[in-house]
Amino acid sequence: MSDRVYSKTAGWQDMAAGGVIPQAGNAEEYATGGWRTFRPVRDDEKCIDCLQCWIYCPDNAIKVIDQKVSGIPYDLVHCKGCGVCAAICPVKCIEMKPETDFEDEN
Amino acid sequence: MGKVMPLEGNNAIAEAMRQINPDVVAAYPITPSTEIVQTFAKFVADGKVTTNFVAVESEHSAMSACTAAAAAGGRVMNATSANGLALMWEILYITASLRQPVVLNLVNRALSGNINIHCDHSDGMGARDSGWIQIYGENAQEGYDNCIQCVAISEREDVRLPSMNCIDGFFVSHAYEMVEVEEDAAVQEWIGPYKPVRPLLDIKNPYTVGPLDLWDYYFEHKRNQLSAYPNAKEAIIEEGKRFGQAFGREYGLMECVDLEDAEVAVVALGSTAGMCKDVVADLRSKGVKAGLLKLRVFRPFPDAEIVAALRNCKAVAVFDRAASYGASYGPLYSEVAAAMYTRGANVPCVNIIYGLGGREIRPDQIADVYGKLNDIKTTGQPADPVSYVGVRG
Ligand code: SF4
Ligand code: SF4
Repeated sequence: MSDRVYSKTAGWQDMAAGGVIPQAGNAEEYATGGWRTFRPVRDDEKCIDCLQCWIYCPDNAIKVIDQKVSGIPYDLVHCKGCGVCAAICPVKCIEMKPETDFEDEN
Repeated sequence: MGKVMPLEGNNAIAEAMRQINPDVVAAYPITPSTEIVQTFAKFVADGKVTTNFVAVESEHSAMSACTAAAAAGGRVMNATSANGLALMWEILYITASLRQPVVLNLVNRALSGNINIHCDHSDGMGARDSGWIQIYGENAQEGYDNCIQCVAISEREDVRLPSMNCIDGFFVSHAYEMVEVEEDAAVQEWIGPYKPVRPLLDIKNPYTVGPLDLWDYYFEHKRNQLSAYPNAKEAIIEEGKRFGQAFGREYGLMECVDLEDAEVAVVALGSTAGMCKDVVADLRSKGVKAGLLKLRVFRPFPDAEIVAALRNCKAVAVFDRAASYGASYGPLYSEVAAAMYTRGANVPCVNIIYGLGGREIRPDQIADVYGKLNDIKTTGQPADPVSYVGVRG
């Protein structure tokens, strides 16, 4: 049975038999942000760093440094665009913008 | 040297399981396979095996426990029939997809409705696309021999697929026959110690089993799984030969009875093939060039070998002990006919559906089928493509 490493360019011959993931603890490498149609954009001026968005984000896509989220970019590789952060924010400083607005960046 | 003893088909399989001494057996009783597990549970209680016996509350749980135990690194076995197999459905696919070499003894029985506990092949045929190897035995001896071979075939490094050891319910499972049972040590030596591949209990080398597998990998994984079936076919041939060298009973993908010069031939699975042998011998004594293809391995389907064996016949009947509801033909016929057509064998083939729900088939009915094949041979007239033998009306 083959025991090769995963890659999206690999053919079926290179897959590990049984569809197992031979490397442990690699969920972090699985980019799930591709599902996103809306992207959260925070107004750092208005943010009061209450950390509600960080608590509620279902995918750990909001990063905290020194008990602050303001000024720290979202982890867009994993953000699904679910909008929970925007809905929960008490000062409504997060806007969900369509991904098409960011086509140049993408 | 083996010991010849009178055994029911179920007991013969339980005996093989005792000699194999698997690490885990998880099962839930269902007629007509109950005796296999019941007898084996006694072996466990009496300390004749070191197996961890898991009494579960359903067949779904039984196959779940078996698949998980195999993933953990154990040699695992199980037994069921009909609706029990149907309740395992979801897990059957998972066992095969995860490439776990579980061996399931399937005592073939009709699926409800209506409720029926007797033999037909609707259970095995229903599971034909789940990815399991399927080997059909003719009698108790073959049930015993195939059980041992399934272990070796499934566990081969280039196969690692689960297998079903099928015998006909009641006709074989509950009928006493003289069975040659080999020495315990010889069986253990023949199967060898179990070498698990990536056991989950090897905590120093962690990996993930059964992850989410979407459009980005699933197709490649399934294509990868498909590549194991040609290996399985080779493994069945090689292990069948090796079994013959060790114990004197050699096995292949099929058994060809008088097929070299046969003009009219029948394809059959399971115990009916045994009856066909008598009919062929009788017809041969009367000068009819009759032959039989007793198919042993239904999955992987040996299409090239079947066509090679049948291509010189003038008319062929494929016996299905199962119907495929809404399809035009029975499952075995569909595959044999497709193989013949694809490989350019222009032999008229008819489909016989028989024996549903344990209805017996008699030698004179089989002889009638050969008679009809003789008509097709001489008149060249296409007969009814499907006929139902033994049904009233
Ligand atoms: S949109 Fe959803 S996934 Fe993205 S940061 Fe907000 S809560 Fe997290
Ligand atoms: S919920 Fe709003 S205010 Fe609170 S930390 Fe997040 S963005 Fe800032």
